[in-house]
Amino acid sequence: MNCPYGVRRESQKNMSLLQVRDLKTYFYTDAGVIKAVDRVSYDLKEGETLGLVGESGCGKSVGALSILRLIPNPPGKIVGGEAIFEGKDLLRISEDEIRQIRGNRIAMIFQEPMTSLNPVLTIGLQIAEALELHRGFDKKGARGEVARLLRMVGIPDAERRINDYPHQFSGGMCQRVMIAMGLSCNPKLLIADEPTTAVDVTIQAQLLEVIKELTSRLGTAVILITHNLGVVARHVNRMAVMYAGRMVEVGPSVEVYAHPRHPYTIGLLASVPRLDQPRKERLVPIDGQPPDLIHLPPGCPFLPRCSRRMERCSVEGPELREVGRDHMVSCWADID
Amino acid sequence: MNDILIEAKNLSMFFPITKGIIRQRRIAEIKAVDDVSFFVRKGETLGLVGESGCGKTTLGRCLMQLIRPSSGEVYLEGENLCNMEAEQLRLIRQKMQIIFQDPFDSLDPRMTAGEIVAEPLRVHTKIRGNELKEKVAGLLRVVGLDSSMASRYPHQFSGGQRQRLGIARALSIRPKFIVCDEPISALDVSIQAQIINLLEDLQSEFDLTYLFIAHDLSVVRHLSHRVAVMYLGKIVEIANRDALYRVAKHPYTVALLSAVPIPDPVVEATRERIILKGEPPSPIALPPGCNFHPRCPIGIEACREEIPSLREIERGHWVACHLA
Amino acid sequence: MTQAQNTNHTEKLVKNSEFKERGPIGEVFRRLSKRVTAMMGLVIVVLFFISALLAPHLAPHDPYEHSLAHKLATPSWDYPLGRDELGRCILSRIIYGARISLLIGLIVISIGIFIGVPIGVVSAYYGGKVDFIVQRFVDTMLAFPGILLALLLIAILGVGLHNVMIAVGISTIPIYARLARSSVLAMKARQFVEAARSIGASNLRIILQHLIPNSLSPIIVQSTLHMATAILWAAGLGFLGLGVSPPTAEWGAMLNGGRLYIRVAYHVATFPGLMIFITVLGFNLLGDGLRDALDPRLKT
Repeated sequence: MNCPYGVRRESQKNMSLLQVRDLKTYFYTDAGVIKAVDRVSYDLKEGETLGLVGESGCGKSVGALSILRLIPNPPGKIVGGEAIFEGKDLLRISEDEIRQIRGNRIAMIFQEPMTSLNPVLTIGLQIAEALELHRGFDKKGARGEVARLLRMVGIPDAERRINDYPHQFSGGMCQRVMIAMGLSCNPKLLIADEPTTAVDVTIQAQLLEVIKELTSRLGTAVILITHNLGVVARHVNRMAVMYAGRMVEVGPSVEVYAHPRHPYTIGLLASVPRLDQPRKERLVPIDGQPPDLIHLPPGCPFLPRCSRRMERCSVEGPELREVGRDHMVSCWADID
Repeated sequence: MNDILIEAKNLSMFFPITKGIIRQRRIAEIKAVDDVSFFVRKGETLGLVGESGCGKTTLGRCLMQLIRPSSGEVYLEGENLCNMEAEQLRLIRQKMQIIFQDPFDSLDPRMTAGEIVAEPLRVHTKIRGNELKEKVAGLLRVVGLDSSMASRYPHQFSGGQRQRLGIARALSIRPKFIVCDEPISALDVSIQAQIINLLEDLQSEFDLTYLFIAHDLSVVRHLSHRVAVMYLGKIVEIANRDALYRVAKHPYTVALLSAVPIPDPVVEATRERIILKGEPPSPIALPPGCNFHPRCPIGIEACREEIPSLREIERGHWVACHLA
Repeated sequence: MTQAQNTNHTEKLVKNSEFKERGPIGEVFRRLSKRVTAMMGLVIVVLFFISALLAPHLAPHDPYEHSLAHKLATPSWDYPLGRDELGRCILSRIIYGARISLLIGLIVISIGIFIGVPIGVVSAYYGGKVDFIVQRFVDTMLAFPGILLALLLIAILGVGLHNVMIAVGISTIPIYARLARSSVLAMKARQFVEAARSIGASNLRIILQHLIPNSLSPIIVQSTLHMATAILWAAGLGFLGLGVSPPTAEWGAMLNGGRLYIRVAYHVATFPGLMIFITVLGFNLLGDGLRDALDPRLKT
């Protein structure tokens, strides 16, 4: 599929690009069924940046990988739901069709750039592979395009570095290569799975800036998966907070940070020390341990750690409900 | 001064890079820690921040003598640790302990929680049997674990609970000084605050002195009385917490502070930040002059030639920069 | 590229939730019990041990009582596997033969483990020149053919069971030294070893309490597989007449004895041969199963 830059830059900002409904991904293990993603729904508009926030094991990565059907089966299985992208349900189309979408219409970058690149191939060859596969480049043309892409993500001396191997790049530079690779086919959606967790703060700032700058120039929507609340605040329009495989709060990030409505979001925001505020004498942590996904309590999964629990919470789990403009929360308590 | 617990003087750790099998020739060296001097007062927490590879972990290990430094001295209560024999060092470890970053790797998977916490007592004391059991149960309670958990194995605990075990182990022989080597960076966000609070409580309860190594500047501000910033093996700035966070003097500290994202979109939208160009140079081939000059936004000609020394520019505020 | 990342995710997920209730031994047994072949191996090995330990109670007849009148008698109710060239009960001799095989296996492995493992552990723990010298020595031993060493020792010390065991045992030392060295090297880099040093634990304590217990898995697997090899070696040398002296019930020697009568009395050679085959198979199946059960990374 040939998709040169610029041609597809429609300005339909409000059109929904991706609709995920009731997504369920379970892992079947010896010890029991892990509901890694449980009835997760969200929308993503064209060109929008959505932050998927949560702690390890909350299902944020599995949820995003499920959209591309990259869940290893067994033990994982997408049990239900739909993910409509450009009019097609990604969970039901054929294997050939989804392969046409992966890396082309929807690209992905990962936490560990070093392990995502093949150590025995030059980075030039690895980026060219996608170009030849999806954009119909020949070997010669691809080389020029690769150099252009590497310059675009800010790799100095790009022409020469095409012939370098991954180990000759630092972690930050490798992640730039991954970004170049991800954006090489001008995707409609970029899924960035903890792209800056493995690098230092000063490099993190550089990388996020590159992603932000390029995706807004190319009109690419972004799902930014992270556990870092600061990163979300800086780079995301809308955010979704996940806990134990479920969506607990969704909304515009300005709104969620200013008026968090779920006890988990409230607790999380209160527990991190902030550089812009006077130093607190004591932090207010969330009590308890992270959830054991095999033995979740009936009702609300956050119940054992919740400061606002009611009798009802242990009987039935709350569903997402609207509490403000475009702001949804799954909690029985009315928190302002 | 009498209130200094531990002091490092001109401490250096160069790791040689060698070539050849039988006759090993030195072809280069990694200057992981390069002529570092500082002290920690009794009862205080010194925060040590820097990016990965800056040498902060190596510095912590050198203080503990887990790595014997290539040169320089470490004084713990006036005793020089660097010229101690192995056996003397082994005994002095009762006074200083370390809490590790990775709670999954720092506990022996074949030992139960009780055995892990009891090990330092077995090594250094004659306490055995029921008395030891009770002592372990008490320690588990102190770090917020149920004493019935003593018979469990590490893999049966969550990350935060394992870190508590690591803390109980360090605490068991009542040390005076604890190196906390990024003890919370491997933990979930919602658990981090629990461990931070625990460390604070223990400090006041047991009169502990901490060297708190971290890369998260907001956590370091919360926990530390004084803060040292490291870049490529050298301390570039060291000051009281409030002085450093209010008016950082070294351009690297300034950039580091501005790179920390703040969890508030409204603040972020208006915040000015300095994005450093490029990446830290390799510690094998350091640039001449100031280590930071290739990335420095305000560097002058002198920075390329002359290595800035750590100078006291205000009382207790030391900076290694020609322009400060 | 994505596949590796995915498995990583799953592993983390599974690790977070699974195996919370059991200690290490229970966990290994649970994983082992999921494999049919490993359990078959375990059953064979257990039966082998039982027959070796309880031979006097299990054997229907005296294995040395001969009766030339009934030589080469075919299997019957009284003598389920028949009688050999001297009229002795083959079943009883096989049961007693298990004792010799077990003894040979255990002694061979003990020599390998008790000499090889300390060499490997010390070599890995102290590193540097010690390691270099020890490893070159191990290389030399590995380059020397084991069978030749065994024959050489027999030539020097004379034919006999003890010499066979010593010879085979010595030839396994470098294998255990290698194995222990590589797993201690991997363990040495782990933080819990550094933690032990920071506590002030002595080198001896670190080695005995932390390094060896955590390096045992590959050694257990290897020694299970070695049991099979040792039994085969012993049988092979017995077959060549270099092992036990004649009246002793030993599988290799029995096989050799029956070889001459294979046309007239198939059972005399067949049953000892079958026993060697089944026992070796059993140890190998168990060894493979243990390898998987002890190494979670290989889990599918």
